[in-house]
Amino acid sequence: MSSPALILLLLFMGIPILLTFGLSFTNTRLISPNPPAFIGLDNFVRAFAHDPTFIRSLLNTAFFAVVVVPCQSLLALALAVLVNQKVTGVTVFRTMIFMPVVTSMVVVSILWSFFYEDDGLFNSVLNTLTGGGWTAVAWLNDPGTAMPAIIILSVWQGVGLHMIIWLSGLQGIDPALYEAADLDGVNGWQRFRYVTWPGLHSTMVFILVTITIAALGLFVQVDVMTSGGPQDATSTLVYHAVRKGYREQDMGYGSAISLIFFLAVLTISLIQRRLTRDKD
Amino acid sequence: MTPDTSTTLGAPPETAPTDRRAGRRRGRAATRRRRVVLTYIGLTVAAAAAVFPLLFMIFSSFKPDRQIFADLGSLRAFLPVGDLTIDNYVGVFNRVPAAQFLTNSIIVTVCIVLLGLIVNSMIGFAISRMRWKGKNVVLSLVLATLMVPFETIAVPLVFWVAKMPSIQWVVDGFLVKQGMLNTYQVQILPYVANALAIFLFAQHFGDIPKEIDEAARVDGAGWFTIYRRIIVPLSGPTFATVAIIMMLPAWNSYLWPLMVVQEESLRPVSVGMQYFFQLNPVWGQIMAYGTLITLPMLILFIIFQRSFVQSLAGTAVKG
Repeated sequence: MSSPALILLLLFMGIPILLTFGLSFTNTRLISPNPPAFIGLDNFVRAFAHDPTFIRSLLNTAFFAVVVVPCQSLLALALAVLVNQKVTGVTVFRTMIFMPVVTSMVVVSILWSFFYEDDGLFNSVLNTLTGGGWTAVAWLNDPGTAMPAIIILSVWQGVGLHMIIWLSGLQGIDPALYEAADLDGVNGWQRFRYVTWPGLHSTMVFILVTITIAALGLFVQVDVMTSGGPQDATSTLVYHAVRKGYREQDMGYGSAISLIFFLAVLTISLIQRRLTRDKD
Repeated sequence: MTPDTSTTLGAPPETAPTDRRAGRRRGRAATRRRRVVLTYIGLTVAAAAAVFPLLFMIFSSFKPDRQIFADLGSLRAFLPVGDLTIDNYVGVFNRVPAAQFLTNSIIVTVCIVLLGLIVNSMIGFAISRMRWKGKNVVLSLVLATLMVPFETIAVPLVFWVAKMPSIQWVVDGFLVKQGMLNTYQVQILPYVANALAIFLFAQHFGDIPKEIDEAARVDGAGWFTIYRRIIVPLSGPTFATVAIIMMLPAWNSYLWPLMVVQEESLRPVSVGMQYFFQLNPVWGQIMAYGTLITLPMLILFIIFQRSFVQSLAGTAVKG
C-alpha cells in the first residue's frame, strides 16, 4: 500500500537530498564531457571568500526574512482579529482579503512590475495625490528601493493565508475562557494579552516557522521582476543557486549554495522551535 | 479595545446607583456602535488593499493601452469604463500558443492531484491502520521532509532527472528513453508524493474506528478492499482538502518547469506568462494573459470558498 509513495519520495526527495550533499564537494557540470572530480571544500571556500554576489545574496535573503517575517505575521494577526468580529457580511471581506493567495506569484510579480514602472500606477497615484508635484521613481531600478518594493508585494500576496491560519487559531480558543475573563472585568487589551495570545501559542509557532521557510526561499519575484539586479540588490540564495547551478550549468557550485541554504533553513527553524518551546 | 484601564479599575463616580447603571448601559451601546463602525472601516481598507491589483488587472485587460495609461491617475483605473474591447485577448492568442499552455497546466495539475490522492491516501491508510515493521521510522522520515523546502533540492534534482529514464508514447506502444527533461512526467512525478497530504490522510484515517476493519476482515475482506470500499467512501472531506492543497502549487508552479521544460509545446501557464512578458507585448495583453490564468483558480476559490479556507487553515492546526 505504501510502496508507490515511498518510491516517489525516495526518487524525488531522498536521492536529491543526498545528491545536494554529494555534488557540493565536486566540480560537476550539468552537461560536460569530463567526468566530475572531488574537490573537497573548494565550493564553500569559493562562496564565502571569492564570490561577492553570494555574500550579497545571503545578506539580501536575511534582510528579506527579517523584515517579512514580523511584518507579515503581525499584519495577518491584526487582520484575523478584524475578520473575527461578528459583524454582518464579514465573510465577504474575508474572501476578498484571501484572493491574492490563490493568485500565482508570477502573475502577481508581473502585475506589480507594472505598478512600479516610472509611468506605472504608483507614480501616477502619487502624482495625483501631490497635485502634479511628484517626480517619478523607477522603484525596481533603484538599488535602494528594489528590495523594499519586492517585500511589499510579497506581504500583500501572503498575508491572507496567514490571516486564515491565525483566524482558525482564534476560533479554537475555548469561549469559556473569555466568559471567565469578562466576569473578572478585564478590558480589551488584557483580554488579548492574557486569554487570546496564550491560546494562540501553537498557531504562532507554526506561522513563524512557515513564513520563515517561505521567506528564505525567495525566488519567483526576483526572477520575474529584477533578475537579481540592480547591482545584485535583490539577488537571493535560491536565485544565485539557480543562476550558478542551472543557468551557468555549474552544478557542483549550485548544489553547494543549495546546501548552505538548506543548513540555514534548518538551523533557523530549530532555533525558532527551541525559543518558542522555552516560553511555554 | 481600549488599553485605558481607568474605566474598569478607577474609583466609582459619585452618582446615584440607578443613574450610573443607565449611563453605563448607554455608554456601552455607544462603544459597541463605535466598534462596529471602526471594524467596517478596517475591513473596507483591508479588502480594498487586497483586491485593487486584481481589479486593475481584470479591467485593464479589456482596455486599449492608451486608455490604461490615461486612467492611471484616477479611480477609473479600477473600473470597467471607457471603450472596452477583447482585442488584448485576441492579441495574446495570436502571439503565443496560450491555449497550449493552459492545456499543459490542466494536464499536469489534474495528474498531480489524481495520482496524489491515490498514492498519498494509500500510504496514509497503511500508516494509520495497518501494522508493519518500520512504520514509525517511515512516518518520521516523511514528516521530516516537511522541513526541506523544494528550493533546496531543485538544482540537484535537475541533474538527477536528466539521467532518469522516461517513457515515451509512440504510435505502436511505448519506448523508454534516457533523460526525463521536456516531458509531462518530469512536471508531474516530483509533486505526487506529498508529506503534508500523507500526514492529513493518516491523521483522518486514524480517527475512523478500527472495529470496522476487524468486522470486514472476519467477512473475508483484504486490506485493499477495506481501503477501497470502507475507508475511502468515508473520507470525502479529507480528499477535498488534499486536492485543494495540492492543486494550488501545481497550477502556480514556476521554478521547476522553468528548469526542466524548454520545449514551448510543454510549457505550463506560469512559465508561459514570464516568457510572454519578456516578449515586451503591450501591457493590455499582459493583463489579459494574467487574467486568463488567474480566473480559473479565482472562480474555483469563490465556488469552494469554505473548503479552500478550511483546508489551508486546517493544515496549520493539525501540523
